[in-house]
Amino acid sequence: MLGLATKDFVLLLVVAVLCLFAPVLLNPFPETSDLAQFNAGYPDLMQRFVIFGIFAIGFNILFGLTGYLSFGHAAFLGVGSYSVVWMFKLLNYNIVPGLLLSLVVSGLFALAIGYVSLRRSGIYFSILTLAFAQMSFALAYSVLTPITNGETGLQVYGNDPQYLQGDSAPNIPHLFGMTMRATETVEFGPWLWQFNAGYYFCAVVMLIAFYLAIRIFRSPFGMMLRAVKSNQQRMRYTGLNPRPYTLAAFVISGMYAGLAGGLMASMDPLAGAERMQWTASGEVVLMTILGGTGTLIGPVLGAGLIKYLENILSKINDNILHQWFAFMPDGLEDFLVAIVHPFIGKGWHLTLGLVFMAVVIFLPGGLVEGGQRIGRLFGRKKPAEAEAKAAAKTPAE
Amino acid sequence: MSKSDLTRRGVLRAGAAGLATPTIFSGAVWAASHSGFTNAPEGGSVTLGFNVPQTGPYADEGADELRAYELAVEHLNGGGDGGMIPTFSSKTLDGTGILGKKVEYVTGDTQTKSDAARASAKSMIEKDGAIMITGGSSSGVAVAVQGLCQEAGVIFMAGLTHSNDTTGKDRKANGFRHFFNGYMSGAALAPVLANAYGTDRKAYHLTADYTWGWTQQESIQASTEALGWSTVQNVLTPLAATDFSSYIAPVLQTDADVLVLNHYGGNMVNSLTNAVQFGLKDKIVNGKQFEIVVPLYSRLMARGAGANVKGIFGSTNWHWSLPDEGSQAFTRSFGTKYGFPPSQAAHTCYTQTLLYADAVNRAGSFNPCAVAEALEGFEFDGLGNGPTLYRAEDHQCFKDVLVVKGKENPTSEFDLLEIVEITPVSQVTYPPDHPMFGGAEASLGSCNPGA
Repeated sequence: MLGLATKDFVLLLVVAVLCLFAPVLLNPFPETSDLAQFNAGYPDLMQRFVIFGIFAIGFNILFGLTGYLSFGHAAFLGVGSYSVVWMFKLLNYNIVPGLLLSLVVSGLFALAIGYVSLRRSGIYFSILTLAFAQMSFALAYSVLTPITNGETGLQVYGNDPQYLQGDSAPNIPHLFGMTMRATETVEFGPWLWQFNAGYYFCAVVMLIAFYLAIRIFRSPFGMMLRAVKSNQQRMRYTGLNPRPYTLAAFVISGMYAGLAGGLMASMDPLAGAERMQWTASGEVVLMTILGGTGTLIGPVLGAGLIKYLENILSKINDNILHQWFAFMPDGLEDFLVAIVHPFIGKGWHLTLGLVFMAVVIFLPGGLVEGGQRIGRLFGRKKPAEAEAKAAAKTPAE
Repeated sequence: MSKSDLTRRGVLRAGAAGLATPTIFSGAVWAASHSGFTNAPEGGSVTLGFNVPQTGPYADEGADELRAYELAVEHLNGGGDGGMIPTFSSKTLDGTGILGKKVEYVTGDTQTKSDAARASAKSMIEKDGAIMITGGSSSGVAVAVQGLCQEAGVIFMAGLTHSNDTTGKDRKANGFRHFFNGYMSGAALAPVLANAYGTDRKAYHLTADYTWGWTQQESIQASTEALGWSTVQNVLTPLAATDFSSYIAPVLQTDADVLVLNHYGGNMVNSLTNAVQFGLKDKIVNGKQFEIVVPLYSRLMARGAGANVKGIFGSTNWHWSLPDEGSQAFTRSFGTKYGFPPSQAAHTCYTQTLLYADAVNRAGSFNPCAVAEALEGFEFDGLGNGPTLYRAEDHQCFKDVLVVKGKENPTSEFDLLEIVEITPVSQVTYPPDHPMFGGAEASLGSCNPGA
């Protein structure tokens, strides 16, 4: 189907179904229970899941296939965001022109950076991209303030020209009249599900991005990129020039990042310079490694896990902890709160670090490897269990 | 590889499946099932969102703000000694929460970054059903979150934000600020500086590179130049900077005799320490003693900078040593609970929470438009700053401003600032269409109740 092998098509279908039902699946706990704290099914976080999914899928095309580790992908994310907000400021709140511009601008930007950086490989390439990204960050932060509004962040003001803004058009980001903020709230018993237009738009874009990534992975072009990763020397000796392939991969993954940045600004019309900081570049590396480098679904899972920890864990405070442990005797309660305290709230980075270490040490292939191991475990266990049962039955009879 | 069946029919079929889903959600916006505005409280409780920096250069202020919010919630729900509720001139708060609903709260970390702050505020509104967002310790963040609250249709009660833009060119109908601003600091500070240091000084500015730094620098420069000072140079420094030596060294090469540090929080602690280490305080330039000025001061910063703050002038919104009844009541109940006096950040956040609660009670509704109407033009007293007006045109509070100085002989680790002058409100008042506040173009827009 759609030019995909059955296995890949099933994967795409599974991702599509997960996206479609995410508002329900991510809100497993009833609103009234204490566990509602762990619900992730609200529009802002779901949008982040799929947007950073796109970012990570794109990064994986470069890192997973060619092995080139870029530490500067956040620059493209930021460029995409600025493009979209500028289109809001100049034209109108329709997100389409901005998203197209973000693809073009981030592509050109990636072409320029890639052309220079790809003259080196390995650690030198990483450092070059890091340097370019930090340079872009510094430019956006203080030098180019007329374009980026510096630390304050680029926003749409009432006195911006907005040449194409009609009188009846919504005054917030929209897709031909459908506002990104529009949310249909469904109450189902104690459950509350929020179906948000912006989320579904992002999800559709992510599915397209995911589909394209599968096609790239399975194409002869993808095979060339894998050849670059396995042995560039040998590739050169067979008479193939790896540079055009790596540059193409770099530009494609830069455009993915630009698209993700553009979507972020489309969901929330503000672009801040910190989106380009090296920590944001590092984050996408973490996402990809956490999920599983070079796998199709891995980066999306990694992105989801990191964004979940960031948004859910960082909002738990001591007050909530005391509620959870309230059933225990006072001394024990305070003791447990004191133990858990460093891992929540502003300490969520610590938790992320531990999870990352655990994954790298025990599951070098990332979450995908974890899934495969569990799959294998069940695959093997079933016959073994059946035998054990049979063995247990015999003497009893 | 696999064969492609990307036919016209196939594409149409897939497209229909993919695109049919979102179009049905174009109708009702936000919380559809409630009564006319975003996150209308149901049941016996109401949720407020406290969005403060817990990490980054303003983390100390953020921690103190959170303490004040927790105290305010306790007092609103009838706990503790009631703090400033008994001294507040409006008497609608009776310890039964807001409009009889128990006050609950959620907290978030702004990380002193606009992006993170908006994400955190969004999750409070979308996930936790917060009816009001308050906090911030950076004007960049405050402006960003205020914009979000305007779009989402909830009230934003700004915490510590000192930029002229918050109630100037970026003012919003759903946003309110109790704290003073850069213009007021300049207007209050300049005469005191002219008295102490003379009228022919040359000032060198180091300025935090974002909305607050820009507007405060502009204000201080304008008001000092009006009194005869000249400005040698203004250098912008990144908010994330932690070492300012490379910015301080060039000051020595100029003929400037005053250094104005438009820095706040951790930035100010570091830049002042650097300046003192470079021996600026002992220097004689043009036959005059070199002086350092920190226009926006807080006790937390004074504590961070230690002995370096001695004799340095600045302005502040409030100080715990003020003798009026409201300030004393607040300092007492804060001190009883946490063991040390509150900072000005804590005071403004506590006050904003009380003001919001009172406005809801007076309006008889949580509807943001009703609350905004109750706050606009509201005159009150007993909250520590003397008689105060919430001006309707720009949602800025007008009240006296304190000019303070680092104490030469502090008696305790909290007694670091002495009040030099209480500048009367008339001296710091400006018209709503002042050019530093966006001029005639700046407008609040119309109030947005969300749904």
